[in-house]
Amino acid sequence: MSTPPARKRIHLAAHFPGVNSTTVWSDPRSGSQIDFSSFEHLARTAERGLFDFFFLAEGLRLREHNGRIHDLDVVGRPESITVLNALAAVTDRLGLAGTVNATFNEPYELARRLASLDHLSAGRAAWNVVTSSDAFTGENFRRGGYLDRADRYTRAAEFLATARELWDSWTPDGRPRPFAHDGPQFGIEGEFTVPRSPQGHPVVIQAGDSAEGREFAASAADVIFTRHSTLEAGREFYADVKGRLARYGREPGDLKIMPGVTYVLGDTDAEAQEEAAEIRRLQVSPQNAILALEQIWGRDLSGYDPDGPLPDVDPDPDSALVQGRVRVADPVAVARKWRALSEAKGLSIRQTVIESAGRQSFVGSPATVAAALEEFVATDAADGFILVPHLTPGGLDDFVDRVVPLLQERGVFRTEYAGTTLRAHLGLPEPVWKG
Amino acid sequence: MTSIRTLHLAAELAPGPEGPPVTSAARTVALARLAEAAGLDFLTHDDSFARPGLDALAVLARVAPETRSIGLVPTVTTTHTEPFHVQAAVATLDWVSRGRAGWRIAVSPTGAEARLFGRRPVPPAAELWQEAGEVAEVARKLWDSWEDDAEIRDVATGRFVDRRKLHHVNFQGSTFSVKGPSIVPRPPQGNPVTVVDATRPAARETAAHHADVVLIRAGSAEEAAGLRAELHRAARAHGRDPGQLRVLLSATVDLDTYEGGPGALAELIAGWHGGGAVDGFHLVPAVPERDLARFAADTVTRLRDRGLLRTAYEGTTLRDHLGLVRPAGQYATTGAGA
Ligand SMILES: Cc1cc2nc3c(=O)[nH]c(=O)nc-3n(C[C@H](O)[C@H](O)[C@H](O)COP(=O)(O)O)c2cc1C
Repeated sequence: MSTPPARKRIHLAAHFPGVNSTTVWSDPRSGSQIDFSSFEHLARTAERGLFDFFFLAEGLRLREHNGRIHDLDVVGRPESITVLNALAAVTDRLGLAGTVNATFNEPYELARRLASLDHLSAGRAAWNVVTSSDAFTGENFRRGGYLDRADRYTRAAEFLATARELWDSWTPDGRPRPFAHDGPQFGIEGEFTVPRSPQGHPVVIQAGDSAEGREFAASAADVIFTRHSTLEAGREFYADVKGRLARYGREPGDLKIMPGVTYVLGDTDAEAQEEAAEIRRLQVSPQNAILALEQIWGRDLSGYDPDGPLPDVDPDPDSALVQGRVRVADPVAVARKWRALSEAKGLSIRQTVIESAGRQSFVGSPATVAAALEEFVATDAADGFILVPHLTPGGLDDFVDRVVPLLQERGVFRTEYAGTTLRAHLGLPEPVWKG
Repeated sequence: MTSIRTLHLAAELAPGPEGPPVTSAARTVALARLAEAAGLDFLTHDDSFARPGLDALAVLARVAPETRSIGLVPTVTTTHTEPFHVQAAVATLDWVSRGRAGWRIAVSPTGAEARLFGRRPVPPAAELWQEAGEVAEVARKLWDSWEDDAEIRDVATGRFVDRRKLHHVNFQGSTFSVKGPSIVPRPPQGNPVTVVDATRPAARETAAHHADVVLIRAGSAEEAAGLRAELHRAARAHGRDPGQLRVLLSATVDLDTYEGGPGALAELIAGWHGGGAVDGFHLVPAVPERDLARFAADTVTRLRDRGLLRTAYEGTTLRDHLGLVRPAGQYATTGAGA
């Protein structure tokens, strides 16, 4: 046997379970979504599994449905950067990534908070730059208001560029120098109070899918967190985004593509499939089935029986029923698809939602899942994965115990941390200091 | 024994503004553990957008898992920050420390700080402190916007929370408004402890209205007693119970030059406290590594010998240490949660 060619390494991240129906809270093993012990458990598990980073999402206004606070899913989260600083005390190598909105923050303050995290974690900080914003969320902030799609990224791009100027304002040998930024979005000047941090610049993640979002990522991000989690869609997205890099003088390896994925393990593939079906049933409670339908239809469907047929009426495309969620792009098309599915298989509302909305990305025995993950990365559908467990805080335990060793045997995942910083784990270059 | 009024001690952690900024966690963790072994109520960590060093709330969040009992009180400015973010960060510090968080409210009075944000010129100090008071008020509303028992996990009805126990705060201040509710569930202490440094007169009204702990400076026990009485009067005028207000004398301590050394300092602390001038002291060590260590080794031992200072923490939260009640939520419906 000849030596196989070097295999593309997989990068792994752990997403703390979110505030949507993916997270199952009715399971007796489901623990607190807010106690520090839950964050500590998941972070320590991720570090035991030699993961690249731990990831926290953000939402700046509680979701509302039909003018009332949405009550069916897990809700209530701590503020990301503060939790990550605390986690820096109970982990040594694990990267610590927080989602922070570029619309409702100011560059000076956020650059300072991120540089502080990078110092306090000795080089493990990452910032997921999101831009989602609407007047609904704006009601919690001084700045209020609303930025339309194009302007959101204009602000985000200048925000990040300004933050980089601040991170570069101290010389590598520790001398502060005054900065001045005068742009369309921000006009600021003074002295940055934080010396250059261990990574130079924290790792920058982008999560957004529009053409503007992809372009922003290609120009400025180190990692993309994407929803494209099937082989076909993944390869298309991967090629598209990597194809945009050359324009900015960047190499394909400079931007890592990491889809958010779910998984279910079993001793056999059949057992895993059974378990996956049971989890989907738990994720889609009867109440959640009606709600999922209302999110597509944009109408009050509370009178419908979840075990009965789908509504005859069409979606209301201009509905303001749902607030605080990413919008469904084409509700009429989704409704048509769901109706066809329901008619073809004779499914009720709840069964239709379970069938169409809740598929896990990777289901099978540890060997099956390990092989599938490797195939994704080997065939350029991804550079790695952000795993989203369905249980807090133990949902990653089985993956780390059973899948990570197989990935290591296959030679596609690290057997120890080679470096100390998140940049080192991701194989990213040091940012060039711009004096 | 119990008739002796509890002496409250706190200390500042931040290095002096001269010298290079401290960026590693190790120094701060070591100091915090020293203060915790000495049984201090809490640590403050100063901060401003204009002083070299890391974000204070970040530093104390990093310290939290490496300590067990001591209260953690970062300085948080209310001038250029978003009240919604600030309250969420303080609530989160309370979660990660399991009920040991406070915040020392500050304002950013300089033009240099305003230019770091480029959003508005600096208003006069009185307006800044009025705004700081509004931020304290909205923070309390947001902390209370989740009732303690809002999370129900009711499988039968599919509901994770009881939405009747989550509240929009609809706050309208003079420079900002906030809809609410918070994104963070009500923190362990209900309301983390609010500290106001009222050594400057401009802050005094806000302190009397909103602070749980007020820091003052005074040249004599009589002056301190006068200030304390004045703060009690002003608090009462705001409808507050002065018994829920702690007044600490903030003093720079340089044990290298202090006449008589740690023993004389113990005398002074015991004397002022025993005479009722103050509820305790907030020490600002000239050189934290040196002065905090000496204070813990010598002064604390003498105060313990006099029975003035705890030898072990009895409670687990900062409110416990300070003898402050855990406040009921302002939106809590009567009988709810009983
Ligand atoms: C995988 C993924 C995760 C996201 N996570 C968050 C989040 O935690 N908080 C948030 O405010 N927005 C989040 N977003 C929203 C994006 O930041 C972005 O605003 C949204 O996708 C719309 O941008 P686009 O028009 O470029 O798609 C996420 C988006 C994606 C694709």
